[in-house]
Amino acid sequence: MNFIESPNVDHVNVEERVARLCKRSIKKESKLEALKLALSMVDLTTLEARDTPGKVIQMCHKAMRPHDFEDIPRVAAVCVYPNLVRVAKKTLLNSGVKVASVATAFPSGMSSTKIKISETKWAVSEGADEIDMVISRGKFLSGDLQYVFDEIALVKEACGEAHLKVILETGELSTLDNVRKASDLAIMAGADFIKTSTGKLQPAATLPVTLVMFEAIRDHFQRTGKMVGMKPAGGISTSKIAIQYLVTLRETLGNAWMNSNYFRFGASTLANDLLMQIVKLKTGVYQSEDYFSKD
Amino acid sequence: MATRIEVLKTYKIYIDGKFPRTESGRYYILKSSKGESIANICNSSRKDFRDAVVAARRALAGWSGRSAYNRGQILYRIAEMLESRRAQFVAELLQQGSKAEDAEVEVSASIDRILYYAGWADKFQQIFSSVNPVEGSYFNFSVPEPTGVVAVMAPESYSLIGFVSSLLPALVGGNTVIVLASKTKPLCAVSFAEVLNSSDVPGGVINILTGDAEELADHFSTHMDVNSVVVSLKNDVMLKKIQLNAAGNVKRVIEFSMNDWFSTEASSPYHILDCQEIKTTWHPMGV
Repeated sequence: MNFIESPNVDHVNVEERVARLCKRSIKKESKLEALKLALSMVDLTTLEARDTPGKVIQMCHKAMRPHDFEDIPRVAAVCVYPNLVRVAKKTLLNSGVKVASVATAFPSGMSSTKIKISETKWAVSEGADEIDMVISRGKFLSGDLQYVFDEIALVKEACGEAHLKVILETGELSTLDNVRKASDLAIMAGADFIKTSTGKLQPAATLPVTLVMFEAIRDHFQRTGKMVGMKPAGGISTSKIAIQYLVTLRETLGNAWMNSNYFRFGASTLANDLLMQIVKLKTGVYQSEDYFSKD
Repeated sequence: MATRIEVLKTYKIYIDGKFPRTESGRYYILKSSKGESIANICNSSRKDFRDAVVAARRALAGWSGRSAYNRGQILYRIAEMLESRRAQFVAELLQQGSKAEDAEVEVSASIDRILYYAGWADKFQQIFSSVNPVEGSYFNFSVPEPTGVVAVMAPESYSLIGFVSSLLPALVGGNTVIVLASKTKPLCAVSFAEVLNSSDVPGGVINILTGDAEELADHFSTHMDVNSVVVSLKNDVMLKKIQLNAAGNVKRVIEFSMNDWFSTEASSPYHILDCQEIKTTWHPMGV
């Protein structure tokens, strides 16, 4: 299949299906398992210009040991700017928590391909296990799909062993048809993961957009047998919403994707809400933010 | 001509400035002293309480951050709105079994009590603040600050005067409040929400639930995001349970039951102080 021939998306149908999936009631033991699974899929993220080594070190410790309550999983990765990758890597060592770095002139992507490639190489050399790149939305929207495709392919090459997540920034793509087209394009260019948003722009991740991206992944899998991961990011701040994503994931891609190798949440405040819900389920007492570390 | 069927009010709860039905879908039938059915009342669940706490927590910064003078103005506005609806409240008290002259007196006293606390809004701080003598060249002073989110269990009788007297001291001090109304006399509490809704009180600052105190007492007292529980309901067994549960996050439990809610002891700036925490500041002199 040529990436220019992506199928059209039935907007109404997507909304209806998502609305139906959101009505699932997940309670008790299933809820506890879902919350723990969601926590193990979190990319704990800090992407602010005022980030400091101190803040990143603190976040890394939280990533390795989110709470002192029994039986709490560690998160999947921390996500930082390239200049803080070394600090994160040094703190996490062999804990199993990955270091993800944004690159390619994040969040706008408004730079030359050459600079994007050298930034990617630098982030990898600093120790990043995963690279979160942004696509050139301007080129995509003006129809220069080949440019976008080639750029992703070149960045993928620059990644070497590191995994590549491709951020579509769906909030700027206007239509679900564009989301589908960009997803197909990114997957064919070699993305290991496709990701909804930078988190710097509203709307960020939504369930309809995520469902369309899941379907692109599913169709690719059925065609080629290759599994691509998915990372919704931005705006997923509560456990309730996170579980809705897991339901949609399970119903669209199935059990094989229900782990941190193939699914991630890009979030900063979600982890605390998941922790509060887990402790609530185990103790029966509603929790307060006052008793959970902020970073 | 066909006789007209009266449009009856649906008595709902009040959370975050809105009037939802209980999330649980449960209700109980309120009966008059003659055994006639008056209304279906929401039997609130722990989730309604949880939602109310979330709303109250969110509203806290805005409410406590307002100037005390402005909070006084808003309380005054509540009194104005209640005055303009007094006929409705009198009628509801009558439905709940009050005598005609008693109902009039209770509504008047309630309006006056709101006015009383409106006046205290920007004055109690001066009475309870102090400049403290300390050794060394420091200026040392103590001021009251709101405790935070306060859960109130209103008294079973005195459904209007007892209800407003229980929640006002917390409110005027800058706390946000969740109140559980009397189970047997909830009508005025629900209608009071309509008064609040038309009197500049921001959504979430006061949340009103109806339902069963026995069932909700555990959640009122264990919720980690509640900072204080005011118990105006007379029930020693329940009070003890609340006190034990409150130890979980060291909530302040304030026993505030009165035999006579019209009495002068029922209105006092010391009730405001009950829901305040004292902050003491050391400041170097000459800076």
